[in-house]
Amino acid sequence: IRSEARTISGAINGSRKTGKVITKAVAAQAESPASAASKPGHELLLFEALREGLEEEMDRDPRVCVFGEDVGHYGGSYKVTKGLAEKYGDLRVLDTPIAENSFTGMAVGAAMTGLRPIVEGMNMGFLLLAFNQISDNCGMLHYTSGGQFTIPTVIRGPGGVGRQLGAEHSQRLESYFQSIPGIQMVACSTPYNAKGLMKAAIRSENPVVLFEHVLLYNLKERIPDEEYVLSLEEAEMVRPGEHVTILTYSRMRYHVMQAAKTLVNKGYDPEVIDIRSLKPFDLYTIGNSIKKTHRVLIVEECMRTGGIGASLTAAINENFHDYLDAQIVCLSSQDVPTPYAGTLEEWTVVQPPQIVAAVEQLCK
Amino acid sequence: MALYLPFLRRRIGFLGMMNSTLSNFKTSVLSEKNSITTLSDFCNSFSRRFYSNKADKQFDFIHNGGDSKELNFPGGIVKFTSELKFLADVPEERIHCYRVLDDSGQLISNNFVQVDKEIAVKMYKDMVMLQTMDTIFYEAQRQGRISFYLTANGEEAINIASAAALSMDDLVFPQYREAGVLLWRGFTLQEFANQCFGNKDDNGKGRQMPIHYGSNKHNYFTVASTVATQISHAVGAAYSLKMDGRDACTITYFGDGGTSTGDFHAALNFAAVMEVPVIFFCRNNGWAISTPVSDQFRSDGIVVRGKAYGIRSIRVDGNDALAVFSAVCMARTIAIRESKPVLIEALAYRAGHHSTSDDSSKYRPIEEIEWWREAQNPVTRFREWLRGEGLWTTQAETELRDSARKEVLHAIQVAEKVEKPTVKEIFTDVYDVLPSNLRDQEKSLRETIERHSQDYPIDVPL
Repeated sequence: IRSEARTISGAINGSRKTGKVITKAVAAQAESPASAASKPGHELLLFEALREGLEEEMDRDPRVCVFGEDVGHYGGSYKVTKGLAEKYGDLRVLDTPIAENSFTGMAVGAAMTGLRPIVEGMNMGFLLLAFNQISDNCGMLHYTSGGQFTIPTVIRGPGGVGRQLGAEHSQRLESYFQSIPGIQMVACSTPYNAKGLMKAAIRSENPVVLFEHVLLYNLKERIPDEEYVLSLEEAEMVRPGEHVTILTYSRMRYHVMQAAKTLVNKGYDPEVIDIRSLKPFDLYTIGNSIKKTHRVLIVEECMRTGGIGASLTAAINENFHDYLDAQIVCLSSQDVPTPYAGTLEEWTVVQPPQIVAAVEQLCK
Repeated sequence: MALYLPFLRRRIGFLGMMNSTLSNFKTSVLSEKNSITTLSDFCNSFSRRFYSNKADKQFDFIHNGGDSKELNFPGGIVKFTSELKFLADVPEERIHCYRVLDDSGQLISNNFVQVDKEIAVKMYKDMVMLQTMDTIFYEAQRQGRISFYLTANGEEAINIASAAALSMDDLVFPQYREAGVLLWRGFTLQEFANQCFGNKDDNGKGRQMPIHYGSNKHNYFTVASTVATQISHAVGAAYSLKMDGRDACTITYFGDGGTSTGDFHAALNFAAVMEVPVIFFCRNNGWAISTPVSDQFRSDGIVVRGKAYGIRSIRVDGNDALAVFSAVCMARTIAIRESKPVLIEALAYRAGHHSTSDDSSKYRPIEEIEWWREAQNPVTRFREWLRGEGLWTTQAETELRDSARKEVLHAIQVAEKVEKPTVKEIFTDVYDVLPSNLRDQEKSLRETIERHSQDYPIDVPL
């Protein structure tokens, strides 16, 4: 696995826990205080991990600042920026009026002048109002200015389908943004990678869109005490296997891992990869996996048309066609706005039984 | 831990949030007398955002009840009136316009910022150079040598005088009709020509249309074709200057049409709330391509909007170089000293077409264009003033026009012959480092070119 090999040969991105493969993606059971104290690292929730990453970067570099609605004294709608305004002051953690196009534009202007702003969309869906600034300015100005002006911004926020938040608050913006040249997109799924990706995104010179998921903020995990930064272009091997490659990201990772438990009981050995980097795809890790298993299943939350799965299917077909023994199967949400009713909403999101059925079909 | 829904709070205003946080104190705001002490303690422990210095007085009013003629609403004290009257939609008179020189270039007041002799002469020379550049480049487009051009006819004073009032540390966020600002700052004619021809010496590396200049050396941010997006960039950059505590401001230019966009509204609102040193310069030249201002808005121009956002604003005669100079000087002082935004509306007339893709005689009478071009020409007016001050002569004029023309023609001839940027520049600067997918795409493109070299243009180097 490429990421492990890097660690052995001398980590580029600081120290990392070597050889740690997460077999149980859902957080562990409550530990007794005694055992907790003796283990290395510290336990925290995903939103706290994001905050820790943010705070470390703000300490390290005084140019890092945060813009968003209710990020200051309110601490952010998901508490990712809680406590930061008191610590760093109003200027570095800025509450903005309700105009996404404007504060994203502000971030572009500030970034071109030397600051490193982080824009928080209260919900990713609201960033659609800032689409013009993100695609035409954020993504383009480095190129059209001939490299004279860089835009090191991070645009982040919670997205994805939550629990009965209604259609407008259940957007999967990665499908709309994936075409924009000049930006990078990453999706975090665990406290460990959330902190690492946040730090990497802030340190990157390119504009990075960091997709968080509304339902993952309260995941608990033990993460290292030492500083670490992850690579923005790397996928994560969640569970190595032999029979089929399952590619997924964000919340669907947990549905896949749940399905994986059932599949293992039934005698299958799925390889699960959290692709993490949505633009560009980590075709190296993905390719190595396909060369081993020859079967691919993509599980995503995006809609069928024009989603990340659609692009990934095209990319894999183009590059690894000769290694495939079967057609790529892509499980995604239907092309409908997310309904409010709980039962209806559940059926627009890919569920573990569907994943199990798809693997069984694929491996026939 | 339950997942609460914060979006609902998004729409509740200040008082709503106060109420919900105060309920944690287990006292209702309006009920007990001792809640006042807890309220002030609570307020004092937070920053100015939650602190209301009239909080105590507010409760006095409520407790006194009865005969109050004013009330401390959120936002400040408001007096009551029993008149059921609406504020007028159209004013009786339009806001007055600040002017220093009359139509024939004579001083009509002494109320202006004095200009150094050298600066005044340089201003005039640059205005003439801008005019010459515009004329010749426009012709070059007509001859098919460049693909597109956009002139600043009628707005030379706006361009040069505003630039002259700023320092080189001030950051400029232009729209597209402000090449004169860049000219003032030292961008050479050769550099202008290189950008228009998109050759390899262009610091934009041939990636943008003509007139989309940009130069970080001159603190002039690259022009983007999107309308009014630069306004919020300017606010962000001003925010950055404020954080650094620098003795500089930002200035952003936009037209009357650009003020209809959402970006304009939000940026002005932000600048006022965040108190940043930015100058909003609106070039109200009467036309947005073919849309006259009467179809663009119904307010009295743009200057009245400043008040709506809580921003100090002024209307100036855009064809009067001294007036523009004075206004921008003062605006800069206000912006930097008080760290507050300022709005300047310069009234002018777009004497040329919108661009080379436009023929404005289709939607406005030629007589109107001619009248503005002759009677209100900013260059002529300034020249008359200079002449009156003994700083300019007819001979100097002919010499200047001749040499300017020669210089521009020479720059064009040189730029035309320079090579275009290489194929490599299609892929660089999309990111800081070339990612694998772009490396593959470049390789694939080069292979295609090799296979079909006879179909590939000969003047683009590999």
